[in-house]
Amino acid sequence: MSTLSKTSPGGVRRTAAPRTGRVRRLSRRDKWVLSFMVGVPTLIQLVLVWIPTLLSAALSFTRWNGLSLDDIKPAGISNYEFIAENYPPFWPAVQHNVLWLVFLAVIATPLGLLLAILLDQNIRGTKIYQSIFFTPVMLSLALIGVIWQLFYNRDSGLLNFLLGTAGTPQAVDWFGDSGVNIWAALIAATWRHAGYVMILYLAGLKGVDPTLREAAQIDGANAVQTFFRVIFPAMRPVNVIIIVITVIESLRAFDIVYVINRGTNGLELISALVIQNLVGEGQVIGVGSALAVILLVISLVPITFYLSRAFGKDKEA
Amino acid sequence: MSIAQPTDAPAAGSSPAGRRTGAGSGQPANTKRGKPHYGIHLFLIVLAVMWLIPLVWTIFTALRPKADTDKYGYFSFGGSFNFDNFTQAWTQGGFAQYAWNSALITIPSVVLVLFFASMMAFAVSRVSWKFNVTLLIMFTAGNLLPPQVLAAPLFEMFKLLPLPYSVSDSGSLLNTYISVIAVDTAFQIGFVTFVLSNYMKALSPELTEAALVDGAGIWRQYWSIILPLCRPALAAMGTLEVIFIYNDFFWPLLFLQSGDRLPLTTAVNNLQGQFLSNYNLIAAGAMITAIPALVIYLLLQRHFVAGLTLGSSKG
Repeated sequence: MSTLSKTSPGGVRRTAAPRTGRVRRLSRRDKWVLSFMVGVPTLIQLVLVWIPTLLSAALSFTRWNGLSLDDIKPAGISNYEFIAENYPPFWPAVQHNVLWLVFLAVIATPLGLLLAILLDQNIRGTKIYQSIFFTPVMLSLALIGVIWQLFYNRDSGLLNFLLGTAGTPQAVDWFGDSGVNIWAALIAATWRHAGYVMILYLAGLKGVDPTLREAAQIDGANAVQTFFRVIFPAMRPVNVIIIVITVIESLRAFDIVYVINRGTNGLELISALVIQNLVGEGQVIGVGSALAVILLVISLVPITFYLSRAFGKDKEA
Repeated sequence: MSIAQPTDAPAAGSSPAGRRTGAGSGQPANTKRGKPHYGIHLFLIVLAVMWLIPLVWTIFTALRPKADTDKYGYFSFGGSFNFDNFTQAWTQGGFAQYAWNSALITIPSVVLVLFFASMMAFAVSRVSWKFNVTLLIMFTAGNLLPPQVLAAPLFEMFKLLPLPYSVSDSGSLLNTYISVIAVDTAFQIGFVTFVLSNYMKALSPELTEAALVDGAGIWRQYWSIILPLCRPALAAMGTLEVIFIYNDFFWPLLFLQSGDRLPLTTAVNNLQGQFLSNYNLIAAGAMITAIPALVIYLLLQRHFVAGLTLGSSKG
């Protein structure tokens, strides 16, 4: 891992400089090969990722039913006005996205970190614990929605049975009740997220120089101080990735709510609203695109943060 | 830097045996490690049991015939246990078809991702030219976008692109495996390019310079020298991408309109409607969907975790 951090873009240029001095001429054939190697992936990336992203932005200022290209009519910012003022699910969706982020950041991520710290101590059976906590990471969020449906079900679910409410009027329909379903979905999402965070932090903890830990202990720091003052800051690259993953996952959250109830009735999320406006009855491409642009603008915050860390000049050294 | 450092450094590395010998050396830091961790174990056991409950419950429900649960209730051990729900889901629920669809989408996508991303990574990391960092940023950023951001234009592009009916029964790219493979590939290239380019940068420049002196062209340097050296990274990325693309729910949901073309992960969404309230069958369907990912994980665990951490150790 230390070798990777040494080879940041800055480092490459440093090693590349003498190479170009050594008269390195590419033959015509090499140029052709290189333009193929760069051109094809770049074309794929542009046509299927970046041009659609720009088109989303363009479509958000139009009115379109998605039928013929001739029907596209300019609409100014009316789609955005509609969303902010006359679209009831929008503000609840924003709240739910914020709640999703806060829950993952305050509950799921620290839980994963705690598991990593405990399992890093080489206690008995650490591999077994790791496998157990990591298993849900293998599963898609859509599948997790189905599995937890069996657990949360009102009449036949295990949870109501364990609570002793199964078959009584007090039984809670955990995924159906709009007051509680977001929390139920968040717990199901935590099931996966904590294991993910755990495995990344376990790798991070192994990468921390052990002499740091010793030096802190010799200086009289207790375990908690050692962790928060020394170990945690030393894991900065992992911390960055965890922050980015947590924010991005909460913006991307879609599969699980779609499986539960298509993102309605208490589970509105911006990503689900985008899709509701694109498919299904009465396609409103303009409104769907405007929602997509709102999602894009929010996403650019963690993306820029991550890129500036990953590609910015190395300040650590 | 204490004198104990040489003996302690390997102990703190990772092997349990190493740590235990460290504890024996009587260092203050390590005596604490030697103590049994009853509290920690209790906490971990409780949490591990909670973690397993949803899966164990799903397996338990899947193994019981519906008639038995109707008779004895869901929370009972009465009746028999067998794999009838699995066979029924496989044959009547269409899971054989869904599993085939998953393979048809996942295998080409992963091969294409590894091929294109390794070429791109080679070009940006082993050849010095003007826009390599810019392109790498573009690729990396693309992978981080929420898919919903570009869903509408992609859907419309595919819908409006005419194809002969002999190729596609929708007359367009919609409802074809190609549409899902193309977008899965495009979306994942960014991530794999980023990881592989970091890996390739770490390989010594002399490797290809020697080949250059011997007259090897760019393609030969890539295919015969760099790619074989990247085998560990390619294995890790391949495992990770198989899981990622197999688990992808959204693109097939958006592009595939005929239900019998869906891959397992997306078809699982229809379980509730398909099996009505036969929860035993739903559980069996969910288990069938989980099995490929779990098998890959158990067989290639090392590669999978390596892939995840390889992808995160930069930054």
